[in-house]
Amino acid sequence: MLGKIAIVGKGDSVLVFKAAGVSAFAAEDERKAREILRKIAQEYQVIFLTEDLARALGDFLKRFDEGPYPVVLAIPSEQGSDGYGYEQIRGAMERALGVDILFHGASAEDGKKGDGGQKE
Amino acid sequence: MTRLNVNPTRMELKKLRARLSTAVRGHKLLKDKSDEMIRRFSIILREDYALRREVEAALSDGLRRFSVARSVTPAYEAETAFALPTVGIAADCGVESVMGVDVPKIVLTERRSSDELPYAYPEITSEADDAVKAIAGLLPRLIRLAETEKAVRLLAAEIERNKRRVNALEYIMIPQLEETIKYIRDKLSENERASLVRLMKVKGKGAEG
Repeated sequence: MLGKIAIVGKGDSVLVFKAAGVSAFAAEDERKAREILRKIAQEYQVIFLTEDLARALGDFLKRFDEGPYPVVLAIPSEQGSDGYGYEQIRGAMERALGVDILFHGASAEDGKKGDGGQKE
Repeated sequence: MTRLNVNPTRMELKKLRARLSTAVRGHKLLKDKSDEMIRRFSIILREDYALRREVEAALSDGLRRFSVARSVTPAYEAETAFALPTVGIAADCGVESVMGVDVPKIVLTERRSSDELPYAYPEITSEADDAVKAIAGLLPRLIRLAETEKAVRLLAAEIERNKRRVNALEYIMIPQLEETIKYIRDKLSENERASLVRLMKVKGKGAEG
């Protein structure tokens, strides 16, 4: 199956992906992003979404976790990473394992270092 | 623990014993599955984490450089230059099974045009060129990250479900069955004793009379 790749994000950061050949959709706020995602979820298999939007749409994105496709990946915007991606990884890890095998309370970038370490 | 509501007969006892052995075997299998899933999950998780660190650093850097480059380019020219990509990117999307969970398997197929950069405008600065090149070069790793991250989420959900199944068997189903079997066995031997005593009494009466 040949899939298509898209990026949804705010203004500028989307443009560079467009130049690299990814279909780009500009979304100024979460409402617009939700609308776009609903529309393109069937058509595109891989969707990059900037972190600020992903954070705002957290619950909405859960519906994409049912099957293998579409894959919605949160990526940092041009302001840099705000740790949303790490939070996702940590959430999955705690749900599945119940212990922290990655962050060890040392190198976590999301500032919530303590709570993971104590469970070990 | 509550026992099941069944008649204390030999038939039921036999049935329950069969169910118990199935439940115990199922429990063992599920537990093994859970162990193996957790092992695979940890491997994928570690990879995902390392990849995310790498990709996020590179991507933030590339995007920052791009916005700097953009700020020195007139908006109009930038729009026209970047909005018309000559590179088409598609991905070959398959499905791979990890312990019975379907996770995405994506291979990037790129249709490159002859030129290395997707645009040819003299107004665009070399910083922008570099940024676009960097992002384009990052795409395979981004795709891989998308793949592993999805796998992590799907596996986490599956491990959770599996854990619930194992717990249901271990703490509810199996104790219930064991308790019911014990109850039936007690009841049956009680009946046996009762009928034995009755027989002895009947016989005793006959001897007296």
